Amino acid sequence: MKLDTSGLESTAPFFGSSHELNDGFSAVPSFEIPDTIDFDGFQKEAVQMVKPAKGTTTLAFIFKEGVMVAADSRASMGGYISSQSVKKIIEINPYMLGTMAGGAADCQFWHRNLGIKCRLHELANKSRISVTGASKLLANILFSYRGMGLSVGTMIAGWDETGPGLYYVDSEGGRLKGTRFSVGSGSPYAYGVLDNGYRYDMSIEEAAELARRAIYHATFRDAASGGVASVYYVGPNGWKKLSGDDVGELHYEYYPVLPSTVEQEMVEVAAA
Amino acid sequence: MARYDRAITVFSPDGHLFQVEYALEAVRKGNAAVGVRGTDTIVLGVEKKSTAKLQDSRSVRKIVNLDDHIALACAGLKADARVLVNRARIECQSHRLTVEDPVTVEYITRYIAGLQQKYTQSGGVRPFGLSTLIIGFDPYSGAPSLYQTDPSGTFSAWKANATGRNSNSIREFLEKNYKETSGQETVKLAIRALLEVVESGGKNIEVAVMTREHGLRQLEEAEIDAIVAEIDAEKAAAEAAKKAPPKET
Repeated sequence: MKLDTSGLESTAPFFGSSHELNDGFSAVPSFEIPDTIDFDGFQKEAVQMVKPAKGTTTLAFIFKEGVMVAADSRASMGGYISSQSVKKIIEINPYMLGTMAGGAADCQFWHRNLGIKCRLHELANKSRISVTGASKLLANILFSYRGMGLSVGTMIAGWDETGPGLYYVDSEGGRLKGTRFSVGSGSPYAYGVLDNGYRYDMSIEEAAELARRAIYHATFRDAASGGVASVYYVGPNGWKKLSGDDVGELHYEYYPVLPSTVEQEMVEVAAA
Repeated sequence: MARYDRAITVFSPDGHLFQVEYALEAVRKGNAAVGVRGTDTIVLGVEKKSTAKLQDSRSVRKIVNLDDHIALACAGLKADARVLVNRARIECQSHRLTVEDPVTVEYITRYIAGLQQKYTQSGGVRPFGLSTLIIGFDPYSGAPSLYQTDPSGTFSAWKANATGRNSNSIREFLEKNYKETSGQETVKLAIRALLEVVESGGKNIEVAVMTREHGLRQLEEAEIDAIVAEIDAEKAAAEAAKKAPPKET
């Protein structure tokens, strides 16, 4: 009979091992490590393969009334636009949203998985999980797959007992708490507009307008962003989708064609 | 019947798990422990066997803390208690690490009870021979709680409860005399309950008081003696009042 030393170990089981008296769910889901000669090289290759993938613009910020979350909807494979209608804001549960940047499958799967864990927490503890807790659950999972080629750059936005919450979580295992984030290839452009127009005490309409404008400007300059600018608001009663506007149409709102003096008039040339 | 009490995993024909029941026997032989929940104070009291002269009494603390806001007292096998308390302490920290929040009293009670249950359904191990009384304040709501677990792995919340030796008498006393109390009144109620079955005196009981602001505080022997004296005086006054009813003029 194996000596039970589990009292001396931490409850988090490490990769691959299974304790006799462990409840099955706390184990991190694990896959078998591939049988390669050079595992380090394989890992590096995997990471390099997905590195350029974060072609997108997503942003989120906290303001007086809650959290505003916005994203574009373009998916690109190199120079080919594979879709203009990707849902990049994922509804984890009625009061928490996640944004998608990086590998679409990775983001969708792990956000769905996070939703399951949040629901189980609710059932077991008779109260909703905090945004802090949810983001930490995701970050710990992503950390355990570090170096294996996952590509996830996500923001977890929600409203819990302590008020509005916003965290940035990525596949390197990083997790940051903050009030303003933008993720993706279009983020520098979005930051420019967002940082310029941000005030803490905006109304919901003003904040939505700022978010929409920031996404639009990012899609204008960044080739890998485009499609539809979706804007969501997270308040004390959960999230609500505020708008989803085609950025092509937004262009005429924000970049109207100015009437300019005609330099040269075209004159009809008599047919020779 | 003797055939069904060897291995833990075997039910008897009439639905008993004998090992669990024998574990409850071990609890019944352990030192008395009592817990009382007030509106802003929760008290744990444990019967202390007279310490040997050469023993350092500080090394046999019977009331331990699991975290800043949770404490535990138990009746039964003290060695099993040490193992259970260590696992619970690790879980408290693990919870803080994974969700950045302290545990609620219900959560850690559920964990301890779950652990006790696991050992009633595994091969080659025996159940933990102890029942615990867990007290604490919830980190956000600030509500006081008192829970009890037992070797079978069941747990429930109580306003006041006792376990260990003579727990039935103590519980009877509490049922008769319990009312919502706060502060020092809660402490007095707990000590009065314990004194029903324990020899009077500060050196025979260990008492710890938990409040939201100050956490857990172990009472000194002198303090306990003072409260016992107060209780005795109150009892004497009540006796005198009963014997000689005040004459109305």
